[in-house]
Amino acid sequence: MVEVGLGHYLTLGAIIFSIGIAGIFLNRKNVIVILMSIELILLAVNINLVSFSIFLNDITGQIFTLFILTVAAAEAAIGLAIIVVYYRNTSTIDVEKIQSLKG
Amino acid sequence: MDNLNFIYPEIFISISIMFLLILGVFKKKSSSLISNLSILALFGALVLIFNYPTNTNLEIFHGDYKIDFISSYMKILTILSGIFVLITSSKFLKIFKIFQIEYPILILCSILGMFVMISSNDLIVFYIGLELQSLALYVLASFNRDHTKSSEAGLKYFVLSALSSGLLLYGCSLIYGFTGTTNFDEISIIMNNNQYGLTFGIVFILVGLAFKISAVPFHMWAPDVYEGSPTSVTLFFAVAPKIAALTVFIRFLYVPFINVIEQWQLIIVFLSVGSMVFGAIAAIGQKNLKRLIAYSSIGHMGYALAGLCTGTIEGVQSSVLYISIYLVMNFGFFSCLFMLKRNNIYHEDIDDLSGLSKNHPLIALSLLIILFSLAGIPPLAGFFAKFYIFKAVLEQSMYYLAIIGLLSTVIAAFYYLRIVKIMYFDSEKGKYDTDYSLGLRFTLTLTTILILFYFIYPSKLIEIVSKINII
Repeated sequence: MVEVGLGHYLTLGAIIFSIGIAGIFLNRKNVIVILMSIELILLAVNINLVSFSIFLNDITGQIFTLFILTVAAAEAAIGLAIIVVYYRNTSTIDVEKIQSLKG
Repeated sequence: MDNLNFIYPEIFISISIMFLLILGVFKKKSSSLISNLSILALFGALVLIFNYPTNTNLEIFHGDYKIDFISSYMKILTILSGIFVLITSSKFLKIFKIFQIEYPILILCSILGMFVMISSNDLIVFYIGLELQSLALYVLASFNRDHTKSSEAGLKYFVLSALSSGLLLYGCSLIYGFTGTTNFDEISIIMNNNQYGLTFGIVFILVGLAFKISAVPFHMWAPDVYEGSPTSVTLFFAVAPKIAALTVFIRFLYVPFINVIEQWQLIIVFLSVGSMVFGAIAAIGQKNLKRLIAYSSIGHMGYALAGLCTGTIEGVQSSVLYISIYLVMNFGFFSCLFMLKRNNIYHEDIDDLSGLSKNHPLIALSLLIILFSLAGIPPLAGFFAKFYIFKAVLEQSMYYLAIIGLLSTVIAAFYYLRIVKIMYFDSEKGKYDTDYSLGLRFTLTLTTILILFYFIYPSKLIEIVSKINII
Protein backbone atom coordinates (compact mmCIF):
# COMPACT_ATOMS: atom_id res chain seq x y z
CA MET A 1 0.00 0.00 0.00
CA VAL A 2 1.19 3.48 -0.79
CA GLU A 3 1.07 5.87 2.12
CA VAL A 4 -1.32 8.73 1.23
CA GLY A 5 0.50 11.96 2.04
CA LEU A 6 -0.04 15.68 1.70
CA GLY A 7 1.28 15.63 -1.85
CA HIS A 8 -1.49 13.32 -3.00
CA TYR A 9 -4.19 15.52 -1.54
CA LEU A 10 -2.66 18.62 -3.09
CA THR A 11 -2.45 16.88 -6.47
CA LEU A 12 -6.11 15.91 -6.19
CA GLY A 13 -6.96 19.51 -5.32
CA ALA A 14 -4.91 20.83 -8.23
CA ILE A 15 -6.57 18.39 -10.67
CA ILE A 16 -10.09 19.31 -9.57
CA PHE A 17 -9.17 23.00 -9.69
CA SER A 18 -7.87 22.63 -13.25
CA ILE A 19 -11.01 20.74 -14.29
CA GLY A 20 -13.08 23.61 -12.89
CA ILE A 21 -11.09 26.29 -14.76
CA ALA A 22 -11.16 24.27 -17.98
CA GLY A 23 -14.88 23.73 -17.55
CA ILE A 24 -15.50 27.49 -17.50
CA PHE A 25 -13.42 28.24 -20.57
CA LEU A 26 -14.09 25.18 -22.75
CA ASN A 27 -17.80 24.95 -22.09
CA ARG A 28 -19.77 26.33 -25.04
CA LYS A 29 -23.16 24.92 -24.22
CA ASN A 30 -24.87 25.78 -20.98
CA VAL A 31 -24.51 28.33 -18.18
CA ILE A 32 -25.45 25.76 -15.54
CA VAL A 33 -22.22 23.92 -16.38
CA ILE A 34 -20.32 27.10 -15.52
CA LEU A 35 -22.05 27.16 -12.15
CA MET A 36 -20.98 23.56 -11.57
CA SER A 37 -17.39 24.44 -12.56
CA ILE A 38 -17.33 27.27 -10.02
CA GLU A 39 -18.47 24.82 -7.34
CA LEU A 40 -15.68 22.45 -8.39
CA ILE A 41 -13.10 25.22 -7.97
CA LEU A 42 -14.34 25.99 -4.48
CA LEU A 43 -14.33 22.28 -3.57
CA ALA A 44 -10.74 21.98 -4.74
CA VAL A 45 -9.86 24.87 -2.43
CA ASN A 46 -11.65 23.09 0.41
CA ILE A 47 -9.70 19.86 -0.17
CA ASN A 48 -6.49 21.88 -0.09
CA LEU A 49 -7.42 23.69 3.11
CA VAL A 50 -8.58 20.61 4.99
CA SER A 51 -5.51 18.58 4.06
CA PHE A 52 -3.21 21.44 5.03
CA SER A 53 -5.12 21.79 8.26
CA ILE A 54 -4.67 18.08 9.09
CA PHE A 55 -0.98 18.05 8.24
CA LEU A 56 -0.21 21.31 10.01
CA ASN A 57 -2.22 20.20 13.04
CA ASP A 58 -3.97 23.56 12.98
CA ILE A 59 -7.74 24.07 13.11
CA THR A 60 -7.82 27.39 11.16
CA GLY A 61 -7.96 25.68 7.78
CA GLN A 62 -11.10 23.77 8.71
CA ILE A 63 -12.78 26.92 9.97
CA PHE A 64 -11.89 28.60 6.68
CA THR A 65 -13.48 25.64 4.87
CA LEU A 66 -16.73 26.06 6.77
CA PHE A 67 -16.84 29.73 5.77
CA ILE A 68 -16.18 28.84 2.14
CA LEU A 69 -18.97 26.23 2.16
CA THR A 70 -21.45 28.77 3.51
CA VAL A 71 -20.47 31.46 1.03
CA ALA A 72 -20.48 28.97 -1.85
CA ALA A 73 -24.09 28.10 -1.05
CA ALA A 74 -25.07 31.79 -1.08
CA GLU A 75 -23.16 32.33 -4.29
CA ALA A 76 -24.87 29.39 -6.01
CA ALA A 77 -28.27 30.72 -4.91
CA ILE A 78 -27.61 34.17 -6.33
CA GLY A 79 -26.10 32.69 -9.50
CA LEU A 80 -29.18 30.55 -10.12
CA ALA A 81 -31.44 33.54 -9.49
CA ILE A 82 -29.53 35.60 -12.05
CA ILE A 83 -29.75 32.74 -14.56
CA VAL A 84 -33.52 32.56 -14.03
CA VAL A 85 -33.83 36.32 -14.61
CA TYR A 86 -31.73 36.02 -17.74
CA TYR A 87 -33.78 33.07 -19.00
CA ARG A 88 -37.01 35.02 -18.55
CA ASN A 89 -35.70 37.78 -20.80
CA THR A 90 -34.14 35.73 -23.55
CA SER A 91 -35.63 32.22 -23.24
CA THR A 92 -32.18 30.70 -23.57
CA ILE A 93 -29.16 30.05 -21.38
CA ASP A 94 -26.92 28.99 -24.22
CA VAL A 95 -23.41 30.35 -23.62
CA GLU A 96 -22.81 31.16 -27.28
CA LYS A 97 -25.95 33.27 -27.49
CA ILE A 98 -24.94 35.54 -24.59
CA GLN A 99 -23.57 38.29 -26.78
CA SER A 100 -25.93 41.24 -26.84
CA LEU A 101 -23.21 43.34 -25.19
CA LYS A 102 -20.25 43.64 -27.53
CA GLY A 103 -17.78 46.16 -28.82
CA MET B 1 -15.13 43.57 24.58
CA ASP B 2 -13.63 47.01 25.07
CA ASN B 3 -12.40 46.92 21.47
CA LEU B 4 -15.93 46.91 20.18
CA ASN B 5 -16.08 50.69 20.01
CA PHE B 6 -13.63 50.64 17.11
CA ILE B 7 -16.05 48.81 14.85
CA TYR B 8 -19.03 51.04 15.61
CA PRO B 9 -19.31 52.13 11.95
CA GLU B 10 -19.64 48.50 10.82
CA ILE B 11 -22.10 47.67 13.61
CA PHE B 12 -24.12 50.79 12.84
CA ILE B 13 -24.38 49.95 9.14
CA SER B 14 -25.37 46.32 9.81
CA ILE B 15 -28.10 47.38 12.22
CA SER B 16 -29.32 49.98 9.73
CA ILE B 17 -29.51 47.33 6.99
CA MET B 18 -31.64 45.04 9.16
CA PHE B 19 -33.85 47.87 10.38
CA LEU B 20 -34.42 49.21 6.85
CA LEU B 21 -35.25 45.72 5.53
CA ILE B 22 -37.92 45.27 8.18
CA LEU B 23 -39.25 48.77 7.61
CA GLY B 24 -39.40 48.22 3.87
CA VAL B 25 -41.36 45.01 4.28
CA PHE B 26 -43.96 46.41 6.66
CA LYS B 27 -44.45 49.87 5.21
CA LYS B 28 -45.95 50.08 1.76
CA LYS B 29 -44.45 52.42 -0.86
CA SER B 30 -41.52 53.35 1.29
CA SER B 31 -38.84 53.48 -1.44
CA SER B 32 -37.94 57.13 -1.10
CA LEU B 33 -38.15 57.00 2.71
CA ILE B 34 -35.71 54.07 2.75
CA SER B 35 -33.44 55.79 0.26
CA ASN B 36 -33.29 58.89 2.46
CA LEU B 37 -32.78 56.85 5.61
CA SER B 38 -29.91 54.99 3.92
CA ILE B 39 -28.22 58.30 3.14
CA LEU B 40 -28.72 59.24 6.77
CA ALA B 41 -27.24 55.91 7.91
CA LEU B 42 -24.19 56.53 5.75
CA PHE B 43 -23.79 59.99 7.27
CA GLY B 44 -24.04 58.38 10.70
CA ALA B 45 -21.28 55.95 9.84
CA LEU B 46 -19.20 58.84 8.51
CA VAL B 47 -19.53 60.66 11.84
CA LEU B 48 -18.58 57.49 13.71
CA ILE B 49 -15.42 57.13 11.63
CA PHE B 50 -14.43 60.76 12.20
CA ASN B 51 -14.82 60.00 15.87
CA TYR B 52 -11.52 58.10 16.00
CA PRO B 53 -8.32 60.00 16.55
CA THR B 54 -6.40 60.03 13.26
CA ASN B 55 -3.31 58.41 14.71
CA THR B 56 -5.20 55.28 15.73
CA ASN B 57 -3.24 52.20 14.81
CA LEU B 58 -4.42 49.06 16.47
CA GLU B 59 -5.33 45.49 15.70
CA ILE B 60 -8.44 44.09 17.28
CA PHE B 61 -9.94 40.59 17.46
CA HIS B 62 -6.58 38.83 17.85
CA GLY B 63 -4.97 40.85 15.09
CA ASP B 64 -7.64 39.92 12.52
CA TYR B 65 -9.03 43.39 12.07
CA LYS B 66 -6.99 46.51 11.66
CA ILE B 67 -8.00 50.10 12.32
CA ASP B 68 -5.40 52.56 11.07
CA PHE B 69 -5.25 55.75 9.07
CA ILE B 70 -5.48 54.17 5.62
CA SER B 71 -8.51 52.10 6.61
CA SER B 72 -10.33 55.16 8.00
CA TYR B 73 -9.44 57.22 4.93
CA MET B 74 -10.60 54.57 2.48
CA LYS B 75 -13.77 53.98 4.47
CA ILE B 76 -14.56 57.67 4.24
CA LEU B 77 -14.06 57.56 0.47
CA THR B 78 -16.34 54.50 0.23
CA ILE B 79 -19.07 56.17 2.27
CA LEU B 80 -18.83 59.35 0.20
CA SER B 81 -19.21 57.34 -2.99
CA GLY B 82 -22.22 55.57 -1.51
CA ILE B 83 -23.84 58.87 -0.50
CA PHE B 84 -23.27 60.45 -3.90
CA VAL B 85 -24.58 57.39 -5.74
CA LEU B 86 -27.77 57.51 -3.68
CA ILE B 87 -28.37 61.25 -4.04
CA THR B 88 -27.78 61.32 -7.80
CA SER B 89 -29.67 58.23 -8.80
CA SER B 90 -33.20 58.44 -7.37
CA LYS B 91 -34.66 60.15 -10.42
CA PHE B 92 -32.92 57.78 -12.81
CA LEU B 93 -34.30 54.79 -10.95
CA LYS B 94 -37.81 56.22 -10.88
CA ILE B 95 -37.84 56.64 -14.65
CA PHE B 96 -36.67 53.06 -15.13
CA LYS B 97 -39.31 51.94 -12.59
CA ILE B 98 -36.67 50.20 -10.48
CA PHE B 99 -36.82 52.57 -7.51
CA GLN B 100 -37.31 49.78 -4.99
CA ILE B 101 -36.36 49.37 -1.36
CA GLU B 102 -33.72 46.76 -2.20
CA TYR B 103 -31.54 49.18 -4.12
CA PRO B 104 -30.26 51.37 -1.24
CA ILE B 105 -30.12 48.33 1.04
CA LEU B 106 -27.94 46.41 -1.39
CA ILE B 107 -25.65 49.41 -1.67
CA LEU B 108 -25.39 49.50 2.12
CA CYS B 109 -24.61 45.75 2.14
CA SER B 110 -21.81 46.11 -0.36
CA ILE B 111 -20.41 49.08 1.55
CA LEU B 112 -20.38 46.95 4.69
CA GLY B 113 -18.48 44.28 2.77
CA MET B 114 -16.01 46.90 1.57
CA PHE B 115 -15.46 48.08 5.15
CA VAL B 116 -14.57 44.55 6.19
CA MET B 117 -12.25 44.17 3.19
CA ILE B 118 -10.53 47.47 3.88
CA SER B 119 -9.89 46.69 7.54
CA SER B 120 -9.09 43.01 7.18
CA ASN B 121 -5.78 41.77 8.45
CA ASP B 122 -6.51 38.09 7.99
CA LEU B 123 -7.27 35.89 4.99
CA ILE B 124 -10.59 34.63 6.35
CA VAL B 125 -11.89 38.09 7.29
CA PHE B 126 -10.77 39.40 3.93
CA TYR B 127 -12.62 36.61 2.09
CA ILE B 128 -15.84 37.19 4.01
CA GLY B 129 -15.73 40.92 3.27
CA LEU B 130 -15.00 40.32 -0.40
CA GLU B 131 -17.91 37.94 -0.78
CA LEU B 132 -20.34 40.19 1.08
CA GLN B 133 -19.39 42.97 -1.31
CA SER B 134 -19.52 40.80 -4.44
CA LEU B 135 -22.84 39.10 -3.66
CA ALA B 136 -24.53 42.48 -3.30
CA LEU B 137 -22.89 43.72 -6.49
CA TYR B 138 -24.09 40.72 -8.55
CA VAL B 139 -27.65 41.59 -7.69
CA LEU B 140 -27.09 45.31 -8.32
CA ALA B 141 -25.66 44.63 -11.79
CA SER B 142 -28.81 42.76 -12.81
CA PHE B 143 -31.10 45.13 -10.93
CA ASN B 144 -33.03 46.22 -14.02
CA ARG B 145 -34.20 42.68 -14.35
CA ASP B 146 -36.72 43.04 -17.17
CA HIS B 147 -34.05 44.21 -19.56
CA THR B 148 -31.85 41.74 -21.40
CA LYS B 149 -28.77 43.93 -21.15
CA SER B 150 -28.89 44.34 -17.39
CA SER B 151 -29.49 40.66 -16.69
CA GLU B 152 -26.73 39.73 -19.10
CA ALA B 153 -24.38 42.14 -17.33
CA GLY B 154 -25.28 40.50 -14.03
CA LEU B 155 -24.65 37.04 -15.46
CA LYS B 156 -21.27 37.97 -16.90
CA TYR B 157 -20.21 39.75 -13.73
CA PHE B 158 -21.31 36.79 -11.65
CA VAL B 159 -19.40 34.19 -13.69
CA LEU B 160 -16.15 36.13 -13.94
CA SER B 161 -16.24 37.45 -10.40
CA ALA B 162 -16.93 34.00 -8.97
CA LEU B 163 -14.06 32.65 -11.05
CA SER B 164 -11.74 35.32 -9.69
CA SER B 165 -12.88 34.57 -6.13
CA GLY B 166 -12.02 30.94 -6.79
CA LEU B 167 -8.52 31.81 -8.02
CA LEU B 168 -8.02 34.09 -5.04
CA LEU B 169 -9.13 31.39 -2.63
CA TYR B 170 -6.78 28.86 -4.18
CA GLY B 171 -3.98 31.34 -3.59
CA CYS B 172 -5.16 31.84 0.00
CA SER B 173 -5.15 28.06 0.59
CA LEU B 174 -1.57 27.79 -0.68
CA ILE B 175 -0.43 30.71 1.45
CA TYR B 176 -2.10 29.17 4.47
CA GLY B 177 -0.59 25.78 3.76
CA PHE B 178 2.96 26.97 3.34
CA THR B 179 3.00 29.43 6.22
CA GLY B 180 0.60 27.75 8.64
CA THR B 181 -1.27 30.93 9.49
CA THR B 182 -3.87 33.24 8.00
CA ASN B 183 -2.83 36.43 9.78
CA PHE B 184 -1.09 38.97 7.54
CA ASP B 185 1.55 40.00 10.08
CA GLU B 186 2.50 36.42 10.86
CA ILE B 187 2.62 35.55 7.16
CA SER B 188 5.04 38.43 6.56
CA ILE B 189 7.40 37.04 9.20
CA ILE B 190 7.39 33.52 7.75
CA MET B 191 7.42 34.55 4.09
CA ASN B 192 10.77 34.02 2.40
CA ASN B 193 12.01 33.56 -1.12
CA ASN B 194 12.69 29.89 -1.35
CA GLN B 195 9.28 28.30 -1.53
CA TYR B 196 7.55 27.68 -4.85
CA GLY B 197 4.23 27.09 -3.12
CA LEU B 198 4.25 30.63 -1.77
CA THR B 199 5.12 32.06 -5.17
CA PHE B 200 2.14 30.24 -6.66
CA GLY B 201 -0.04 31.56 -3.85
CA ILE B 202 1.08 35.15 -4.46
CA VAL B 203 0.42 34.85 -8.19
CA PHE B 204 -3.07 33.42 -7.68
CA ILE B 205 -3.98 36.12 -5.15
CA LEU B 206 -2.69 38.89 -7.42
CA VAL B 207 -4.65 37.49 -10.38
CA GLY B 208 -7.83 37.40 -8.30
CA LEU B 209 -7.33 40.96 -7.10
CA ALA B 210 -6.50 42.16 -10.63
CA PHE B 211 -9.87 40.77 -11.73
CA LYS B 212 -11.57 42.85 -9.06
CA ILE B 213 -10.00 46.14 -10.12
CA SER B 214 -10.25 45.16 -13.82
CA ALA B 215 -6.57 45.42 -14.70
CA VAL B 216 -5.42 44.09 -18.07
CA PRO B 217 -5.34 41.11 -18.90
CA PHE B 218 -8.25 40.44 -16.52
CA HIS B 219 -10.42 43.31 -17.69
CA MET B 220 -12.75 41.59 -20.15
CA TRP B 221 -15.80 41.78 -17.92
CA ALA B 222 -15.59 45.51 -17.26
CA PRO B 223 -16.87 47.07 -20.54
CA ASP B 224 -19.81 44.66 -20.84
CA VAL B 225 -20.85 45.01 -17.23
CA TYR B 226 -20.49 48.80 -17.28
CA GLU B 227 -22.58 49.09 -20.41
CA GLY B 228 -25.28 46.65 -19.38
CA SER B 229 -25.90 47.73 -15.79
CA PRO B 230 -28.21 50.65 -14.99
CA THR B 231 -26.14 53.87 -15.13
CA SER B 232 -26.39 54.53 -11.39
CA VAL B 233 -25.02 51.05 -10.69
CA THR B 234 -22.26 51.62 -13.25
CA LEU B 235 -21.29 54.71 -11.28
CA PHE B 236 -21.11 52.64 -8.12
CA PHE B 237 -19.06 49.95 -9.93
CA ALA B 238 -16.67 52.54 -11.28
CA VAL B 239 -15.71 53.88 -7.86
CA ALA B 240 -16.53 51.91 -4.73
CA PRO B 241 -15.24 48.37 -5.47
CA LYS B 242 -12.06 49.87 -6.90
CA ILE B 243 -11.37 51.79 -3.70
CA ALA B 244 -11.81 48.63 -1.62
CA ALA B 245 -9.83 46.42 -4.00
CA LEU B 246 -6.98 48.93 -4.21
CA THR B 247 -6.78 49.05 -0.42
CA VAL B 248 -6.64 45.27 -0.30
CA PHE B 249 -3.93 45.37 -2.96
CA ILE B 250 -1.93 47.76 -0.77
CA ARG B 251 -2.45 45.60 2.30
CA PHE B 252 -1.45 42.38 0.58
CA LEU B 253 1.60 43.82 -1.15
CA TYR B 254 2.90 45.87 1.74
CA VAL B 255 2.17 43.68 4.75
CA PRO B 256 2.43 39.95 4.03
CA PHE B 257 4.34 40.11 0.75
CA ILE B 258 6.72 42.99 1.45
CA ASN B 259 9.71 40.68 1.99
CA VAL B 260 9.33 39.09 -1.42
CA ILE B 261 9.02 42.32 -3.38
CA GLU B 262 11.20 41.08 -6.25
CA GLN B 263 8.63 38.34 -6.89
CA TRP B 264 5.59 40.56 -7.29
CA GLN B 265 7.10 43.79 -8.54
CA LEU B 266 7.35 42.62 -12.14
CA ILE B 267 3.79 41.27 -12.10
CA ILE B 268 2.43 44.63 -10.94
CA VAL B 269 4.53 46.49 -13.51
CA PHE B 270 3.11 44.22 -16.21
CA LEU B 271 -0.48 44.75 -15.01
CA SER B 272 0.10 48.48 -14.81
CA VAL B 273 1.69 48.87 -18.27
CA GLY B 274 -0.94 46.64 -19.85
CA SER B 275 -3.81 48.58 -18.28
CA MET B 276 -2.42 52.00 -19.19
CA VAL B 277 -1.76 51.10 -22.84
CA PHE B 278 -4.85 49.00 -23.40
CA GLY B 279 -7.14 51.47 -21.63
CA ALA B 280 -5.88 54.22 -23.91
CA ILE B 281 -6.01 52.34 -27.21
CA ALA B 282 -9.21 50.34 -26.81
CA ALA B 283 -11.28 53.38 -25.84
CA ILE B 284 -10.64 55.13 -29.16
CA GLY B 285 -13.20 53.18 -31.16
CA GLN B 286 -16.02 53.29 -28.61
CA LYS B 287 -19.39 54.86 -29.32
CA ASN B 288 -21.12 54.29 -25.99
CA LEU B 289 -20.14 56.65 -23.17
CA LYS B 290 -20.47 53.98 -20.49
CA ARG B 291 -18.20 51.63 -22.44
CA LEU B 292 -15.78 54.48 -22.93
CA ILE B 293 -15.65 55.21 -19.22
CA ALA B 294 -15.05 51.49 -18.58
CA TYR B 295 -11.93 51.56 -20.74
CA SER B 296 -10.92 54.87 -19.22
CA SER B 297 -11.24 53.36 -15.73
CA ILE B 298 -9.05 50.43 -16.82
CA GLY B 299 -6.42 52.99 -17.84
CA HIS B 300 -6.75 54.91 -14.59
CA MET B 301 -6.30 51.71 -12.57
CA GLY B 302 -3.07 51.22 -14.50
CA TYR B 303 -1.75 54.53 -13.14
CA ALA B 304 -2.82 53.66 -9.60
CA LEU B 305 -0.98 50.32 -9.89
CA ALA B 306 2.10 52.12 -11.22
CA GLY B 307 2.28 53.90 -7.87
CA LEU B 308 2.00 50.58 -6.02
CA CYS B 309 4.78 48.79 -7.88
CA THR B 310 7.43 51.18 -6.60
CA GLY B 311 7.51 49.45 -3.22
CA THR B 312 7.88 52.74 -1.34
CA ILE B 313 5.52 54.57 0.96
CA GLU B 314 5.48 57.55 -1.44
CA GLY B 315 4.18 55.22 -4.13
CA VAL B 316 1.33 54.07 -1.91
CA GLN B 317 0.49 57.64 -0.97
CA SER B 318 0.42 58.74 -4.61
CA SER B 319 -1.87 55.81 -5.47
CA VAL B 320 -4.27 56.72 -2.69
CA LEU B 321 -4.26 60.33 -3.85
CA TYR B 322 -4.87 59.18 -7.42
CA ILE B 323 -7.89 57.09 -6.47
CA SER B 324 -9.35 60.01 -4.45
CA ILE B 325 -9.16 62.37 -7.42
CA TYR B 326 -10.36 59.63 -9.77
CA LEU B 327 -13.47 59.30 -7.60
CA VAL B 328 -14.27 63.02 -7.86
CA MET B 329 -13.80 63.02 -11.65
CA ASN B 330 -16.03 59.99 -12.10
CA PHE B 331 -18.82 61.57 -10.07
CA GLY B 332 -18.65 64.65 -12.27
CA PHE B 333 -18.70 62.61 -15.45
CA PHE B 334 -21.63 60.47 -14.41
CA SER B 335 -23.67 63.46 -13.22
CA CYS B 336 -23.35 64.83 -16.75
CA LEU B 337 -24.44 61.44 -18.06
CA PHE B 338 -27.53 61.57 -15.81
CA MET B 339 -28.43 64.94 -17.32
CA LEU B 340 -28.69 63.61 -20.90
CA LYS B 341 -32.39 62.86 -20.66
CA ARG B 342 -34.97 63.71 -23.30
CA ASN B 343 -38.66 62.78 -22.84
CA ASN B 344 -37.76 60.36 -20.05
CA ILE B 345 -35.26 58.45 -22.17
CA TYR B 346 -31.63 58.52 -21.14
CA HIS B 347 -29.09 58.89 -23.91
CA GLU B 348 -25.65 57.40 -23.51
CA ASP B 349 -23.92 57.54 -26.89
CA ILE B 350 -21.13 59.94 -27.74
CA ASP B 351 -23.15 61.28 -30.69
CA ASP B 352 -25.87 62.39 -28.30
CA LEU B 353 -23.45 64.99 -26.97
CA SER B 354 -23.09 66.73 -30.31
CA GLY B 355 -23.69 70.47 -30.10
CA LEU B 356 -24.32 70.28 -26.36
CA SER B 357 -22.59 73.63 -25.88
CA LYS B 358 -25.29 75.51 -27.80
CA ASN B 359 -28.27 74.26 -25.81
CA HIS B 360 -26.69 73.62 -22.44
CA PRO B 361 -23.53 75.72 -22.13
CA LEU B 362 -23.09 75.08 -18.40
CA ILE B 363 -23.24 71.29 -18.63
CA ALA B 364 -20.91 71.41 -21.62
CA LEU B 365 -18.45 73.57 -19.69
CA SER B 366 -18.47 71.24 -16.66
CA LEU B 367 -18.04 68.22 -18.90
CA LEU B 368 -15.17 69.99 -20.65
CA ILE B 369 -13.43 70.60 -17.33
CA ILE B 370 -14.00 67.01 -16.21
CA LEU B 371 -12.75 65.56 -19.49
CA PHE B 372 -9.64 67.77 -19.45
CA SER B 373 -9.01 66.63 -15.91
CA LEU B 374 -9.44 62.96 -16.89
CA ALA B 375 -6.97 63.52 -19.70
CA GLY B 376 -4.53 65.04 -17.19
CA ILE B 377 -4.23 68.57 -18.57
CA PRO B 378 -2.78 71.13 -16.11
CA PRO B 379 -3.82 72.89 -13.92
CA LEU B 380 -6.79 70.61 -13.23
CA ALA B 381 -6.89 68.00 -10.48
CA GLY B 382 -6.26 65.04 -12.81
CA PHE B 383 -2.88 66.49 -13.74
CA PHE B 384 -1.74 66.59 -10.12
CA ALA B 385 -2.88 63.00 -9.58
CA LYS B 386 -0.75 61.78 -12.49
CA PHE B 387 2.12 64.08 -11.48
CA TYR B 388 2.51 62.49 -8.04
CA ILE B 389 2.38 58.99 -9.52
CA PHE B 390 5.13 59.82 -12.02
CA LYS B 391 7.16 61.51 -9.30
CA ALA B 392 7.03 58.41 -7.11
CA VAL B 393 7.87 56.18 -10.09
CA LEU B 394 10.81 58.34 -11.18
CA GLU B 395 12.24 58.42 -7.66
CA GLN B 396 12.68 54.66 -7.96
CA SER B 397 14.40 55.13 -11.36
CA MET B 398 11.71 53.17 -13.20
CA TYR B 399 12.03 55.36 -16.27
CA TYR B 400 10.45 52.96 -18.75
CA LEU B 401 7.26 52.85 -16.68
CA ALA B 402 7.05 56.66 -16.58
CA ILE B 403 7.66 56.91 -20.33
CA ILE B 404 4.97 54.35 -21.17
CA GLY B 405 2.61 56.13 -18.77
CA LEU B 406 3.20 59.50 -20.41
CA LEU B 407 2.76 58.07 -23.91
CA SER B 408 -0.52 56.41 -22.99
CA THR B 409 -1.70 59.69 -21.43
CA VAL B 410 -1.16 61.31 -24.81
CA ILE B 411 -3.10 58.57 -26.59
CA ALA B 412 -5.89 58.76 -24.01
CA ALA B 413 -6.11 62.54 -24.46
CA PHE B 414 -7.21 61.88 -28.04
CA TYR B 415 -10.52 60.27 -27.14
CA TYR B 416 -11.27 62.71 -24.33
CA LEU B 417 -10.65 65.63 -26.66
CA ARG B 418 -12.75 64.01 -29.38
CA ILE B 419 -15.74 64.24 -27.03
CA VAL B 420 -14.96 67.92 -26.45
CA LYS B 421 -14.80 68.47 -30.21
CA ILE B 422 -18.18 66.75 -30.68
CA MET B 423 -19.70 68.86 -27.90
CA TYR B 424 -18.45 72.19 -29.16
CA PHE B 425 -18.13 71.97 -32.94
CA ASP B 426 -20.69 69.46 -34.20
CA SER B 427 -24.21 70.36 -35.29
CA GLU B 428 -26.67 70.57 -32.44
CA LYS B 429 -29.43 68.11 -31.60
CA GLY B 430 -32.66 68.64 -29.66
CA LYS B 431 -32.71 70.08 -26.16
CA TYR B 432 -32.51 67.84 -23.13
CA ASP B 433 -34.87 68.00 -20.18
CA THR B 434 -33.78 70.44 -17.51
CA ASP B 435 -35.66 69.06 -14.49
CA TYR B 436 -32.51 67.99 -12.67
CA SER B 437 -32.84 66.88 -9.10
CA LEU B 438 -31.16 68.90 -6.39
CA GLY B 439 -28.67 66.13 -5.58
CA LEU B 440 -27.57 65.96 -9.21
CA ARG B 441 -26.99 69.72 -9.46
CA PHE B 442 -25.13 69.69 -6.17
CA THR B 443 -22.87 66.80 -7.21
CA LEU B 444 -21.98 68.29 -10.58
CA THR B 445 -21.27 71.74 -9.13
CA LEU B 446 -19.23 70.37 -6.27
CA THR B 447 -17.10 68.05 -8.40
CA THR B 448 -16.47 70.72 -11.04
CA ILE B 449 -15.39 73.24 -8.42
CA LEU B 450 -13.15 70.70 -6.72
CA ILE B 451 -11.48 69.74 -10.00
CA LEU B 452 -11.12 73.33 -11.18
CA PHE B 453 -9.75 74.86 -7.99
CA TYR B 454 -7.69 71.99 -6.69
CA PHE B 455 -4.48 73.69 -7.86
CA ILE B 456 -4.95 76.63 -5.49
CA TYR B 457 -4.38 74.55 -2.41
CA PRO B 458 -3.06 71.11 -3.38
CA SER B 459 -1.01 70.63 -0.22
CA LYS B 460 -4.02 69.88 1.99
CA LEU B 461 -4.82 66.54 0.36
CA ILE B 462 -1.13 65.65 0.24
CA GLU B 463 -0.85 66.44 3.92
CA ILE B 464 -3.74 64.11 4.70
CA VAL B 465 -2.46 61.34 2.46
CA SER B 466 1.07 61.57 3.81
CA LYS B 467 -0.20 60.36 7.18
CA ILE B 468 -0.57 56.93 5.59
CA ASN B 469 2.10 54.74 7.02
CA ILE B 470 1.58 51.09 6.26
CA ILE B 471 5.05 49.61 5.98
